[in-house]
Amino acid sequence: MKTSKLGIYSLAAGMFAMAITGCGGKKDESAEAPAPAASAPAGKMVDAATAGEVTGSVKLDGAAPKMKTISMAAEPACSKGRTSPAMSEEVVTGDGGALANVVVYVKSGLEGYSFPAPSGAVKIEQQGCQYHPHVVAMQVGQNLDVVNDDQTTHNIHPIPMQNREWNESQPPGAAPIEKSFAREEIAIPVKCNVHPWMKAYMAVLSNPAYQVTDKDGKFDLKGIPPGTYTVVAWHELYGSSEPQTVTIGPKETKNIAFTFKAAASGD
Amino acid sequence: MNTAYNREMPNRNLHHYAVFTACSTFLLLIAGALVTSNQAGLSIPDWPLAYGSIHPPMVGGIVFEWSHRVMAASVGFLTIVLASWIWVAEKRPWMRWLGFAALGGVIAQGILGGLTVRMFQPPAVSAAHATLAQLFFSTVVAIAVFTSAWWQTPVTEVDDSGTPRVRSLAVWSCVAIFLQLILGAAFRHNGFGIIPHLIGAVVVTILVFMTAGALKRRFPGVAPLRNCAKILHMLIGVQLLLGAGAYWSRIYAARFPQPIPVMVTLTVIHTVTGALVLASMLVTTLISYRLVAVGSLVGKPATPREQVA
Repeated sequence: MKTSKLGIYSLAAGMFAMAITGCGGKKDESAEAPAPAASAPAGKMVDAATAGEVTGSVKLDGAAPKMKTISMAAEPACSKGRTSPAMSEEVVTGDGGALANVVVYVKSGLEGYSFPAPSGAVKIEQQGCQYHPHVVAMQVGQNLDVVNDDQTTHNIHPIPMQNREWNESQPPGAAPIEKSFAREEIAIPVKCNVHPWMKAYMAVLSNPAYQVTDKDGKFDLKGIPPGTYTVVAWHELYGSSEPQTVTIGPKETKNIAFTFKAAASGD
Repeated sequence: MNTAYNREMPNRNLHHYAVFTACSTFLLLIAGALVTSNQAGLSIPDWPLAYGSIHPPMVGGIVFEWSHRVMAASVGFLTIVLASWIWVAEKRPWMRWLGFAALGGVIAQGILGGLTVRMFQPPAVSAAHATLAQLFFSTVVAIAVFTSAWWQTPVTEVDDSGTPRVRSLAVWSCVAIFLQLILGAAFRHNGFGIIPHLIGAVVVTILVFMTAGALKRRFPGVAPLRNCAKILHMLIGVQLLLGAGAYWSRIYAARFPQPIPVMVTLTVIHTVTGALVLASMLVTTLISYRLVAVGSLVGKPATPREQVA
């Protein structure tokens, strides 16, 4: 029967097309050989007696896009106790165009130093069906505690490119989920598939010279030994800034500034 | 050669059950599309259980994902019954194997669905899951056609003297539509950009119009073929409009922090209409092979088709 030939042609075409769609897209983490942790090799320790600082601020040049209201009508447990509507947090600005939620970090120059993971954990909380903080930064190997303060179920799902992906549910009242990331990555998007408006970012750094800006847009990277460094600012919408080269002497503080252009994102 | 015609009455109950299974599968396609459009695919992190049990908390995206899993299990059960019934009741050996193929398809779909959860929705697996869904739907529709009384009674064949033959046009249209569905699934699951799917839309539109046009021009007095042409014309026009709307809505919805109803509605309807386009073209192909003979005399009563392969 001719329809059997039709079936064979369709199956062959489908297999061919599915092979093509296998190209690109997410890499197969299960087949990837694990890379050594960025801070693993033994190096010298920073001498606190000579360490300096890099301070500064991050601003947004231009009008910030208007943030959208989040509709939580489908989930009463999320809007319970709220006195104002929840807003998306893609671009949060303060006075004078100060830009919040920017990860400022030393990208290069600290490779010869050793930075054991801090013993304390970084915490991200789910409150009112939003992540707090919206952007969190931690060191490679540092513990991350995920806490559910809501009376509803969440699932927390980081979507890394360099680290192992995971997706775990967290009912109300459940114990904190404890995780860590083995490789530097700036930054890992995080979402909750139960509540699709919930988004956050986790930056994993190989050294402790980083900070996430608040609404004042300010940062202060401490404990940097004398030397020349590349400092970068990253924002979830505006991406990575042009790197800035900074040379620090013993106990010296240098001040730099980053500016992101609002129009560059296509707002 | 055995040309004896099987004069047993077609099994109407089996046919009605096949139609019911096809309709249920269509509803399952809608449920699956709702999961994707609402970004709820991983709202249940475990599989085959859900939050460690068979009934998870029904909040947010879990409602869509859980409903999809329940409906999938139901269609799986319907398909087991369908394949078993065909195996017992059918005298046509190829029909038995087609029922078996449908069962294999729904089992493979279940496995692919589990893999999308366990592997965190890699584009290739998600696109394969979406594509096999369309293929499975078409298989069940084909079973419904083959179990119909119309298919199993003698027909008068008509000659196709045009070029290309409508049979060929219909087959190539089926292949093009199937590839277009793959490209659409790959785009929807972030494996490809939109360009391949747009190019595919042009190719599919041309082929569908050629096929439907040939059916209308060459067989104006043959009701089944004429009706196929009307349905194809209508569906392809609607699908093109839905495609434009779905794409616009995705761009518009990207500004919002969550899926918005207009985007969900347009993308879901566009997805399931794609399945209807494929199924309609498949039915057109089957009817063309049933009614249109290449090279035979016009109006000659055809020898009833052999029921035994």
